Amino acid sequence: MPKFILNRRALLGGTAGTIASLAAPPVLRAQEKVVNLYSSRHYDTDERLYADFAIETGIKVNRVEAQPDALLERMKAEGANSPADVFISVDAGRLERAREMGLLQPLNSTAINGTVPASLRDPEGHWFGFSSRARVIMYNKDKVAAADIATYEDLADPKWKGRVLTRSSSHTYTQSLVGSILAALGEAKTEAWCRGLVANFARAPKGGDTDQIRGVAAGEGDVCLANTYYLGNMIRKNAAQDASVIAKIGVVFPNQAGRGTHVNIAGGGIAASSKNREHARRFLEYLVTPGAQTYFAQGNDEFPVVAGAPLPKTIAALGSFKIDSLNAAIFAKNNGEALKIMDRAGWK
Amino acid sequence: MGWRRCKTSTPKPETVLRTMDLQIPAPLPAPARLPIWRPVALREALGDRPWLVAAALALCALVVLPIAAVLSNMFYASNGTILHLAKTILPEILLNTIGLLLLVGVGVAAIGTGCAWLVTMYRFPASRVLAWLLLLPLAMPAYIIGYAYTDFLAFAGPLQSAVRGWFGWGRNDYWFPNIQSLWGVSLMLTLVLYPYVYFLARSAFLDQSPTALDVARTLGHGGRDRFLKIALPLARPSIAAGLALALMEALADLGTVQYFGINTFTTAIYRTWFGMGDRVAAGQLASALLLFVAALVVIEQAARRRSRFHRTSARDITIRQIRLSGMPAWTATAACSLPVILGFILPVLILIGLHREGGDDLFGPRFLALAWNTFALAGFAALVVTATGLFVAYALRLARSDTLRTLLRFSTFGYALPGTVIAVGILVSLGAADQMLDSSSRALFGVSTGLLLSGTVMALLFAYLVRFLAVAAGGLEAGFGRIPASMDQVARTLGCSSGEVMRRVHLPLLRRPLMTAAILVFVDVLKELPATLIIRPFNFDTLAVRVYQLASDERLAQASTGALVIVAIGLVSVGVLAGIVKGTSRRGS
Repeated sequence: MPKFILNRRALLGGTAGTIASLAAPPVLRAQEKVVNLYSSRHYDTDERLYADFAIETGIKVNRVEAQPDALLERMKAEGANSPADVFISVDAGRLERAREMGLLQPLNSTAINGTVPASLRDPEGHWFGFSSRARVIMYNKDKVAAADIATYEDLADPKWKGRVLTRSSSHTYTQSLVGSILAALGEAKTEAWCRGLVANFARAPKGGDTDQIRGVAAGEGDVCLANTYYLGNMIRKNAAQDASVIAKIGVVFPNQAGRGTHVNIAGGGIAASSKNREHARRFLEYLVTPGAQTYFAQGNDEFPVVAGAPLPKTIAALGSFKIDSLNAAIFAKNNGEALKIMDRAGWK
Repeated sequence: MGWRRCKTSTPKPETVLRTMDLQIPAPLPAPARLPIWRPVALREALGDRPWLVAAALALCALVVLPIAAVLSNMFYASNGTILHLAKTILPEILLNTIGLLLLVGVGVAAIGTGCAWLVTMYRFPASRVLAWLLLLPLAMPAYIIGYAYTDFLAFAGPLQSAVRGWFGWGRNDYWFPNIQSLWGVSLMLTLVLYPYVYFLARSAFLDQSPTALDVARTLGHGGRDRFLKIALPLARPSIAAGLALALMEALADLGTVQYFGINTFTTAIYRTWFGMGDRVAAGQLASALLLFVAALVVIEQAARRRSRFHRTSARDITIRQIRLSGMPAWTATAACSLPVILGFILPVLILIGLHREGGDDLFGPRFLALAWNTFALAGFAALVVTATGLFVAYALRLARSDTLRTLLRFSTFGYALPGTVIAVGILVSLGAADQMLDSSSRALFGVSTGLLLSGTVMALLFAYLVRFLAVAAGGLEAGFGRIPASMDQVARTLGCSSGEVMRRVHLPLLRRPLMTAAILVFVDVLKELPATLIIRPFNFDTLAVRVYQLASDERLAQASTGALVIVAIGLVSVGVLAGIVKGTSRRGS
């Protein structure tokens, strides 16, 4: 018993020490060159990217990674004293919301404006995309021919009744896709399309993109909406369980004859309160260098945004495709309206 | 141990109390009084121990701040979003939420109370091991068990795929229970939440005077009667406290219901806030959720207002367990094993399978740092939250201030709010405090303080206090409730100061509720995600954060590694918890 108490005391003392050492905010402690990220990305390859950046520039990358909307609330609550230098999100909607909340400042870097396509940047320069994800239609090769389906609009055709799998309308990927359709077709047609699609659901929406892809391979449905990124991930991970899934899945880049395939971005901008503006600029410009672009593509199966950068190996076989040139700011602004349309159409 | 010292100066409490009635009739209900801030009312609100009560009030007020920040949205006008919701998804989410609460409520109450009664009162094969094993699902985060079962039971999962393979069936050729349904999600939540009820009920059964049960037995009452007429009413405050915790956590759950595609109040709050960008409407939904919780709490308390129960003996008498044999014995074993198998063993096996398939790439030294962060944070939070809970519950016992009681009740509602919502309430409060400090420092000294609170571990500890005070306070209040007020009075007449009463009478008697509270908070912090994620300092990761990052990116196999480590740490602490219960129940014999 006494021995136990001793251990317990030692343990509590150690705990208190750790807590005390962490209690001082690192920004106050640090005299070194830093850039502070508030990011909703959290991939293991990013850590290598940040390490590379630190070696190259001597600027240490500090990060808090959390859900984007919560990060925005934190920046807002911290106000002018916020340590955030850069805000990063994997959805244009959140970047646009950050701009609307006045949490970003314009960047206007020639290095970025010269390389990133205009449709993937805020027209006023508050944010830009450094990688993109295409939302495509995936189908079961045993049951569907590639020629059977060419557009997002086709998914509402009654011939797909009981055959379509999607994830919930709560998810931002769904909202930004419907936001882009809203921009192309207008409210009434978009709602009609949603109703048609809901009537074709094989089951109520649930799970993530990977679940939709596995469901199609297993025959739960025949077609689904998913980001290429998740298929690439599955191919790279190469788990025995997924070998048959990968073999069965075919990919259609929708609307190639028309406006192009909808892509969402991972992007960032400089926080309005940034105290290390110069470091933040260097960091963001670093993201569009060939080295960083290769990390996004090869390490994480995202599409690079810079022309000439290599495509991800896992999905390079799918070839290049036409991107919907609608500016990301527009479908981002449409998110809320898109969600209301989906509510009315019964897309859960 | 603690009160053995007391023995020299005060008579054994049970000699004083032995002749007391089991049920003490409550005094006539006092006329309802609203606290009005006149000097007289203020004095009444603070009771006869103004400093103690004022300090407790201040603590509660601090905890209430973030909740008030969320509620303040009620007073803004929303731009038609609520109307849109009412016309579209509101009926569905109301039905789902009520269904979820009913199913989880019945489930956790039945499993928790039933199993606690069986392992406490009877001996049957493996009953002692099961008493401990039944706590294990507590270590399992709800969304992890949801992911694990879905992966295993979904249409594309191994089980259904195998069934289709054997019989050559297609998707419409057979019926299989759909795990991703209201029933499924309720089952998941029941399996991980019943330990709250189980634990508090078991503590209460162990604390009950065995003499009452023995008397009932000699009067010819069977096991069912003793359970329904004596043990259950006596344990009701504890069971209600456990049930309240379980239901609040079910209400606040986002990860599981979202993954299962079941729209509840919580998912509606997130859709409105994140999807539509309408934080006012989201705040209003959250306020409605809180009003609903408040109504439930009020109804429960009104229902048991007329009776107050104290245990009559402070002596820990080991309950004489009845030995079961034959069919009843094996039925009891089966009944108590099932929750353990479904809530712990099976999901852990699924997770181990996933881990072997392709675990976390970072598993190694990095995980030691994560585990240490997690462990230290949870340990420290357990201390802070339990100490606060004890202080407030004690102030309440001494002062019986209605204002304090109301504020404490209100401060525990943080537990029922979806994690990210309350986390943002905390961010707003911390940010306001920081800016106030900064601007007053500028005005007074011309120096900016920057952010003193935001983004520190202190901020995180405050967040845990806000989120988990309910866990500690509920159990401690129930624990205090079982100590008769006359015991304090006796101690005071024998010359103990109120501090001495606390140290020499209450603390020894509260040892079990205190350790229970500490470990429940510990395990809750271990699993806690939304507040940790958003309030943490730079470069500070925990296991739950790591698991979330991988799971939210649909890398379930990799996430399984971290989940298993969380479960392992939880396992150890639950082991400690069980040891404490055993230790205290043996001490008296």
